[in-house]
Amino acid sequence: MASTGLSLPPAPAGLRARGGGVRRRTGIAYVFLAPFLILFGIFVLWPAIYGVWISLHDWNPLVPLQPWVGLQNYVDLFTAGSVTSADFWLSMRATAIFTVASVPFLLVIPLLIAVLLNQRIRGGTVFRAIFFAPYVLGVAVLGVIWRYLLDPQLGVVNHVLGVLGLPSDIPWTVDVPWAWVSLVGVTVWWTLGFNTVILLAGLKGISADLYDAAAMDGAGSVRKFWSVTLPGLRPVMTFVTTITILASANMFGQAYLLTKGGPGHATRTAIMFIADEGLSQNQMGAAAAMSYVLFACLAIISIVNFRLQREKA
Amino acid sequence: MSASATTTEAIPDRPPATPVAVRGPQRKKARRSRFSRAVLYAVLVLLALIILLPLVWVVLTSFKTDFDAINSPINPIPNPFTTEAYQTLASGQQPIFLWFLNSLAAGILQTVLILITASAGAYALARLEFRGKRLVFSAIVTTLLVPPVIFLIPNYLIVQNFGWLDSIWAITVPGAAGAFGIFFLRQFFIGLPPEMEEAARVDGAGDFRIFWQIVLPLSRPALATLAVLSFLNNWNDFLWPIYVLLTPEHQTLQPGLAVLQGAYATHFGILMAGAIIASVPVLILFTVAQRQIVDSVASSGVKG
Repeated sequence: MASTGLSLPPAPAGLRARGGGVRRRTGIAYVFLAPFLILFGIFVLWPAIYGVWISLHDWNPLVPLQPWVGLQNYVDLFTAGSVTSADFWLSMRATAIFTVASVPFLLVIPLLIAVLLNQRIRGGTVFRAIFFAPYVLGVAVLGVIWRYLLDPQLGVVNHVLGVLGLPSDIPWTVDVPWAWVSLVGVTVWWTLGFNTVILLAGLKGISADLYDAAAMDGAGSVRKFWSVTLPGLRPVMTFVTTITILASANMFGQAYLLTKGGPGHATRTAIMFIADEGLSQNQMGAAAAMSYVLFACLAIISIVNFRLQREKA
Repeated sequence: MSASATTTEAIPDRPPATPVAVRGPQRKKARRSRFSRAVLYAVLVLLALIILLPLVWVVLTSFKTDFDAINSPINPIPNPFTTEAYQTLASGQQPIFLWFLNSLAAGILQTVLILITASAGAYALARLEFRGKRLVFSAIVTTLLVPPVIFLIPNYLIVQNFGWLDSIWAITVPGAAGAFGIFFLRQFFIGLPPEMEEAARVDGAGDFRIFWQIVLPLSRPALATLAVLSFLNNWNDFLWPIYVLLTPEHQTLQPGLAVLQGAYATHFGILMAGAIIASVPVLILFTVAQRQIVDSVASSGVKG
């Protein structure tokens, strides 16, 4: 990248228009873009608009008419006592609990591991691969294996705790708050390698000169961490925080398989509720409206997060 | 790249900082650093065990009898060692090997679709100037951050309108429209050196020849990485296939595992065997392409 334009002779005449800019090739460009843009238009752009349209109707695919209801689906969500609002906000609460409980662990643990891996050690790439490995497993695999390992009566985890002389009857998958501990723990086990790898790349991008300068000023390793590592990592940290919040707020498979949304509906997340309401109960208008409310909440959180991180910088 | 270069260069810089230090403290420092290195390795090994032990347990349990799995969950060695669980799956009521083939077909089809549409589109975005370029690019980048739940209901109806419910098209074509592939390849294509392309243009080569004979061959590593990531993504997809695939024979493996969980509640050997079968292709891919997968994830934060 750095080599471009340093010592190259000016581009051949054919390449550049008289004004000095590169010649426009609008026609040919859209020939290349067409296959992608057709798919993108049909399955990304159009549904983003179509979804709004659906959310403005009482849309049940099983009946012939989809009457226009205006903003009623949204109003219902913000009216206490309506059919869906209590369940929806309970599921939003579950999503919020999971996000708040999981994001700190998903940031701090990978950060510590990344710092460890950033030391000059043997086998760094092997450790990196091991920590990353669970991430390539599907969420269904994750759910099935941890449902067994965490089974309150028959699972390995409680038996191991029993052998160690610890309480061995922990209701990992069937009672709160343990269900949350399980969901967060399993998610950390599953995805910590993903954040670790990104943060490690960020650490390697911090100039060693800064550390040397800090060492000359007599800074110890803790001091270096606070005054060199963390500030140097801020852009990458903002990115990781954002995608981690989004990923946690979109949690579905873990709860679907590990706790089935229970006990009661305590761990039924917003995505679980929206999918069920729209695709199993056929309340598509209401479900579409809920998905935009969730989207709006996430957008606000992302913007606030970005602002906060930028202010600190 | 530049990052790793600076860290390796920086190592020889260290000694000049303390050339006149007394010996005693230095030896003490060496002993302390040897100790802290031991702690460092101990922590890393412990973490690696936390990651790996559950997986080892899963593999061992898949070779246990039901009785053994339930009655001695913490004895790791299967007693007796049996492939009963795999045989039950092979001959059982749940068509797991059909699901396997469905997953394989869907993964390959979607990967091919993504490679074709994303590479052509990325060529235009990275190497051509055209009207509307900024608009197209910002539309693509914006959708990268939109949570996929927005598309759930409308895309279900769109797929239904096309008559694609319960077919391989439902689990391959909409997913191929995502913005990640074209964004990923654009970043790579932009970094390609322009010299060969310019020489080819002087020789009268058109865009199709440049794309096919220069850009694509030069981009083999990026295309391979995108192929692996796309396949993994499709293979592991869970929410969407649960709702758009209806008949048991058309299921893929991930929703199929949920079916298995319902059918074999406490037959842990069978469930673990199913989880392993569902993981074999991704673990093979990860072993072969570990570097590319990890590096592509690593660079996402630094670039973004």
